[in-house]
Amino acid sequence: MRHLLSAGDLSREEAIDILDTAETMSATQQRQIKKLPTLRGLTVVNLFLEDSTRTRISFEAAAKRLSADVINFSAKGSSVSKGESLKDTAQTLEAMGADAVVIRHSASGAPHRLAHTGWIDAPVLNAGDGSHQHPTQALLDAYTMRRRLRAAASRGADLRGLRVVIVGDVLHSRVARSNVDLLHILGADVLLVAPPTLLPVGVRAWPCEVTYDLDAAIASHQPDAVMMLRVQRERMSSEAGGFFPSPMEYARRYGLDASRLAAMPEHAIVMHPGPMNRGLEISAAAADSHRSTIREQVANGVAVRMAVLYLLLAGRSESRPELPLEA
Amino acid sequence: MSRTYLLQGPALLGGQATDLLLADGVIAATGPDARRAAGAGTEVIDAEGLIALPGLVDLHTHLREPGREDAETVASGTRAAAAGGFTCVHAMANTDPVADTAGVVEQVYHLGRDAGWVEVRPVGAVTVGLGGTRLAELGAMADSAAAVRVFSDDGKCVSDPLLMRRALEYVKAFDGVIAQHAQDPRLTAGAVMHEGRMSADLGLTGWPAVAEEAIIARDVLLAEHVGSRVHICHLSTAGAVDIVRWAKARGITVTAEVTPHHLLLTDDLLADYDPVYKVNPPLRTAEDVEAVRAGLADGTIDIVATDHAPHTQEDKDCEFSAAAFGMTGLETAVGVVAEAMITPHQHDFGWADIARVMSTAPARIGRVGGQGQPLTAGAPAHLTLIDPAAPTPVDPEGQASASRNTPYAGRVLPAAVRATFYAGRPTVLDGHLQDERSTS
Repeated sequence: MRHLLSAGDLSREEAIDILDTAETMSATQQRQIKKLPTLRGLTVVNLFLEDSTRTRISFEAAAKRLSADVINFSAKGSSVSKGESLKDTAQTLEAMGADAVVIRHSASGAPHRLAHTGWIDAPVLNAGDGSHQHPTQALLDAYTMRRRLRAAASRGADLRGLRVVIVGDVLHSRVARSNVDLLHILGADVLLVAPPTLLPVGVRAWPCEVTYDLDAAIASHQPDAVMMLRVQRERMSSEAGGFFPSPMEYARRYGLDASRLAAMPEHAIVMHPGPMNRGLEISAAAADSHRSTIREQVANGVAVRMAVLYLLLAGRSESRPELPLEA
Repeated sequence: MSRTYLLQGPALLGGQATDLLLADGVIAATGPDARRAAGAGTEVIDAEGLIALPGLVDLHTHLREPGREDAETVASGTRAAAAGGFTCVHAMANTDPVADTAGVVEQVYHLGRDAGWVEVRPVGAVTVGLGGTRLAELGAMADSAAAVRVFSDDGKCVSDPLLMRRALEYVKAFDGVIAQHAQDPRLTAGAVMHEGRMSADLGLTGWPAVAEEAIIARDVLLAEHVGSRVHICHLSTAGAVDIVRWAKARGITVTAEVTPHHLLLTDDLLADYDPVYKVNPPLRTAEDVEAVRAGLADGTIDIVATDHAPHTQEDKDCEFSAAAFGMTGLETAVGVVAEAMITPHQHDFGWADIARVMSTAPARIGRVGGQGQPLTAGAPAHLTLIDPAAPTPVDPEGQASASRNTPYAGRVLPAAVRATFYAGRPTVLDGHLQDERSTS
């Protein structure tokens, strides 16, 4: 693995290797001293050109627990509005000694450009690009599903046979795209549920099913996991595209309320990538229920990002350095 | 006294081989007469195996001057045009300042005359500042030294139906034509690529085919209603071909153009987010490419126009969404059209058809008198010699355009321009631009 740009680039074996490595990382995080010396002397740059506190903090924690030095570079907007090009920014950071670049960008494809134009040599880790991909989110979601639903048999396992329903603004969602790719690679069955306006033209080519009716989806699909996507309230305005008539109508038709929560199978989990719009796509009852894995997803995010950083950076040398597993 | 040239043995439009004598800016003689009439000072050019076409006429070129001389100038763009076999280009109006007054179109016209590489016919803007709200002084531009006949807000659509109707009506007074950039702005807000399977995967905002087709459908009906002719710029979708075919069958005076890139390239190329493939209208699907080829072959689409759109490296070496729309095309046009239309042998399409769609028909649509004429004695000596069997790799660094945003870098094109004569003067000889402007 040279870069991590898209969940769809991973093979089944690579994906399972990341999840297993994350299990190991997670085990080390139960100790009193959480820091591992693995990436000592290496520098990870968090290049965040779009607002995001949670993801940046998660990557920062992951890198620091592996003893890497972390440089945070945040600026809002694209290269144009900023006045400096992405190319110059990235080259500046590499000149300062970046060994890996974690990039969040509002433009789809920006990490791909960074990795494949010859601008820089360092491995590139996509932390979310436009409406395109957010591969570590999909990995932490898969990790969470595997732990919750495979329990003790999780290590080495894929997600074959699991039924996952993803609900909401698929059109603008990098979380949805990454999850459809990765869940397919890991053998799960995916059903997307959204108003027709919030599905991309071309979605029928994706390796998943699509429906417009959430109640029917829960009843017929008997999901093991229901993943709610964040919906931006502004999307209903005419200027922003007029994708739905009102937040209330959206909540009625596509929100995970108490009755839909009750209709889910006993064992099924409720997932959300955060940040949530309580009362819009998810009710408080669902968000705070014991079936919600929302806080667990956040914790798992650190372990998964530790695993990815470790595999990208340690994988550059001939042999993978051993993880110090003994406490 | 200008130099005289005897072109020995070129195949006229790919057919009969003959000789052509060029003197005093015209074709002085053809066939055996040419050899007989050649005097002592005549320069003989061996054109055996080459194809002679009337000089190519581009109805859609962005020369960028005034305003973006860092991307192209009238001089550099027309030099690129000559290298591509052109003897006339129509300079689009979306300059800075916009070519919406007699003053600006005359400036561009004179810059073209001074450069001397091709005939430059300025296109006038339809609306003031391309703003889409108020007609520009179309009559003043028509009456100016530039004698504008083609009007376009290209880059932007004349989307207001009433304004479009008025423009179509108004230009009848001086036999003008509105060249519409067909793009419904509301359906394409923020759009950067064709909307379909690829845009769904890449997470880029889609530019749906219907945004082009809906405007074309409206405009052919408007043209029918007011009895005007209308020209459709860079038609790119299968549905658009059907609409134009229907309109022509109905007797509506519509003409349409397709670009070389829409004849060859598809949206699959965007998988790497390389902005060199970012263009407006966007690259479409393989089915659309098939449809525009069929439409060009059966005459539904009248012409090929390059939409040569030079951009600086800064405007292309960046994130896809931040990059400028457009690709260069003058120097590769003939090779790309040959690659798309002749090499695959899908359609009954030959060099005479290339002459029709790249010279005769665009000259007629643009009402350019001396261009696109048959290669017969007495006609102006605007012509180009093409080697139809010269596989040529595209090297951006070797191009005459001031910009390097060609999408064909590294591709091998099947044909090459060997010579171009503009008003009897060789602008290209042996495949090389003739920078020495000899008047002896």
